[in-house]
Amino acid sequence: MNMKRDRFLGAVLLLPALAFIALLVGAPFLMALVLAVTTSSAGSLDVTFVGLQNFRDVFGSPVFRTALRNTLVFTLASQAAVILLGNVLAVALKKAFRGRSFVRFLILMPWAAPIALSTLGWLWIFDSTFSAINWILKVSGYFGPGEWYYWLGDTALGMIAVVTVHVWRMLPFTTVIILAGLTSIPEEVHEAADIDGAGFFSKLFHVTIPMMLPILFVAVLFGTVFTFTDMSVVYLLTRGGPYNSTHVLASLAFQEGVLGGDVGRGAAIALFLLPLLVVMAVLMLRRSRRAEVL
Amino acid sequence: MARVVLKNLNKKFAETHAVKDVSLTIEDREFVVLVGPSGCGKTTTLRMIAGLEEATSGEIHIGDRRVNDLPPRDRDIAMVFQSYALYPHMTVYDNMAFGLKMRKFPRREIEGRVRDAAEILGIQDLLGRKPRQLSGGQRQRVAVGRAIVRHPRVFLFDEPLSNLDAKLRVQMRVELKRLHDRLQATAVYVTHDQVEAMTLGDRVVVMHDGRVQQVGEPLEVYGAPRNRFVAGFIGSPSMNFLETTVAESAGALYAEAPGIRLRVPAERSKRLSAYTGRPVTLGIRPEDLCSAAGDDSPGFSFEAVVEVVEPLGSEILLDVRAGNASLVARVSPATRVKPHEKIRLAFAPERIHFFDPETEEAIPLSI
Ligand SMILES: Nc1ncnc2c1ncn2[C@@H]1O[C@H](COP(=O)(O)OP(=O)(O)OP(=O)(O)O)[C@@H](O)[C@H]1O
Ligand SMILES: [Mg+2]
Repeated sequence: MNMKRDRFLGAVLLLPALAFIALLVGAPFLMALVLAVTTSSAGSLDVTFVGLQNFRDVFGSPVFRTALRNTLVFTLASQAAVILLGNVLAVALKKAFRGRSFVRFLILMPWAAPIALSTLGWLWIFDSTFSAINWILKVSGYFGPGEWYYWLGDTALGMIAVVTVHVWRMLPFTTVIILAGLTSIPEEVHEAADIDGAGFFSKLFHVTIPMMLPILFVAVLFGTVFTFTDMSVVYLLTRGGPYNSTHVLASLAFQEGVLGGDVGRGAAIALFLLPLLVVMAVLMLRRSRRAEVL
Repeated sequence: MARVVLKNLNKKFAETHAVKDVSLTIEDREFVVLVGPSGCGKTTTLRMIAGLEEATSGEIHIGDRRVNDLPPRDRDIAMVFQSYALYPHMTVYDNMAFGLKMRKFPRREIEGRVRDAAEILGIQDLLGRKPRQLSGGQRQRVAVGRAIVRHPRVFLFDEPLSNLDAKLRVQMRVELKRLHDRLQATAVYVTHDQVEAMTLGDRVVVMHDGRVQQVGEPLEVYGAPRNRFVAGFIGSPSMNFLETTVAESAGALYAEAPGIRLRVPAERSKRLSAYTGRPVTLGIRPEDLCSAAGDDSPGFSFEAVVEVVEPLGSEILLDVRAGNASLVARVSPATRVKPHEKIRLAFAPERIHFFDPETEEAIPLSI
């Protein structure tokens, strides 16, 4: 009797959350699936089912392939850098020193600041005339006469800029996760390893990292999925240019589907990595569950 | 094997002076137990020996080397932590082998040593398991195993039994003692349990408030506590203390409290005569009291009212009131008394202790 009522109440209480997810995530997602197999375009009611034609078209386009490659590079490079730097920062922040809480606060800033705003700072750093980096390189004598970097006007430099800003932006999040993981390793386990004769690197590779694996997996999972689907840095920094060479899938989908009006094509681009993401999410969740609470 | 010498060891944390001027020599192959109440600095002392904590001042010698500036791994010690601190992601085998691997022992040697240790500890069947698949007692054995495979010169134990249930604790206590006999290594063992200290230690070091209070063989510390703290800490139930005044009457000294008048044994009179007319604390252990028939030892017995009777089987604990003092007596199970009854309690004169109430130091037998 009581149980039954509890169940009913439970369902009622869950309902808003479920409705929220269904309306704001589920419905657009299903829409995208439908749109991806039609010829729909913005402002036109002429909708025809075309099967996988959109995907085939998209895959045939060189811009798309560049964007696909960029997405992979963007994700791998930024995740590698973020995990590496996140570990270094977390280890440093775990040590007690004066002003630690202030430094911790500072490090969280990039995460807290609105990306559209902080990108302004980066636009200046990468500006074609006033680039702070260039001026430092020039003053320090690294540049010969006439040498100059056009950060956002060059394919390779553009990607470097995009990755840099994204790393800067993701770092706080990852650092905090890793810091939580580090803090959860009992100090005595480290001390036992000290007594057992493990040096800095042995301890790192035999004790710290293995014990952190579950939480590193979570950090990588979230970071990767977030990076795969993110367009803000690219869009704000280079708008995919020069010549669409720094697009990632998300920004390309936005450009073609929303700005260009070819909704079906945009949806196809956006959905392209879905299977990969799903597989990755499942794998990592399973892996991290197994490694949990060692 | 090695002798451990601590010279005027101090440790100050930001606000606490945790270890104060500790000097101690632990002989080769000796099993020394540091015992004291929570927060008295036992763990800190042990951690300084291990090198996990830097001494603020003073010296630590292991064998013939001053080790103050050596990292833990170069001190040739092994430590068993209260939390065991096993590596959760490694199997029991790897946990035990880790220290040897780090020291680049050949694989055959590692395997031999781990198997030997596992056999000694009876954990051969657990070698493939992870710590989370073990019971508390099994983890404890693995932690000990991890220490013994290394054949270190000094074993350090920090309350290794405190996470076990009472029965297992007694069993492991015996095993540790047997293990020490077998390994013949120097061992420093920290506990706040005085029974553990008494049963395990060749010598016990009683600490209080960062200072060593007394060092001695268990029965020596029990029989001749140097001050009131040691007297009250060692022994269970604790020693009874009576605030008395020394009075002289007809050439004999008496320790008097309201409702009690006890004769000071002749051999104590010499030192105690200096206290005539002044207060002294009289100490007597519950087990040194027995119920007396009639009034056969006047002066060495007193009348009390039973308040609580706690039969423990092998003995009976009596909470009694004598005058306005509460005392505990441990009497034979044959004693038949009920609450509110009167009982006469007698003691052996040579078993009582006197303490200066101001310094709390024991007033010794003779000079
Ligand atoms: N890292 C530290 N920082 C500051 N104070 C500390 C630190 N470690 C210990 N102390 C203080 O030093 C004193 C002695 O601590 P210690 O851990 O040596 O006590 P203990 O005798 O082992 O007690 P227990 O039986 O509770 O384990 C305590 O007052 C404690 O609060
Ligand atoms: Mg302690």
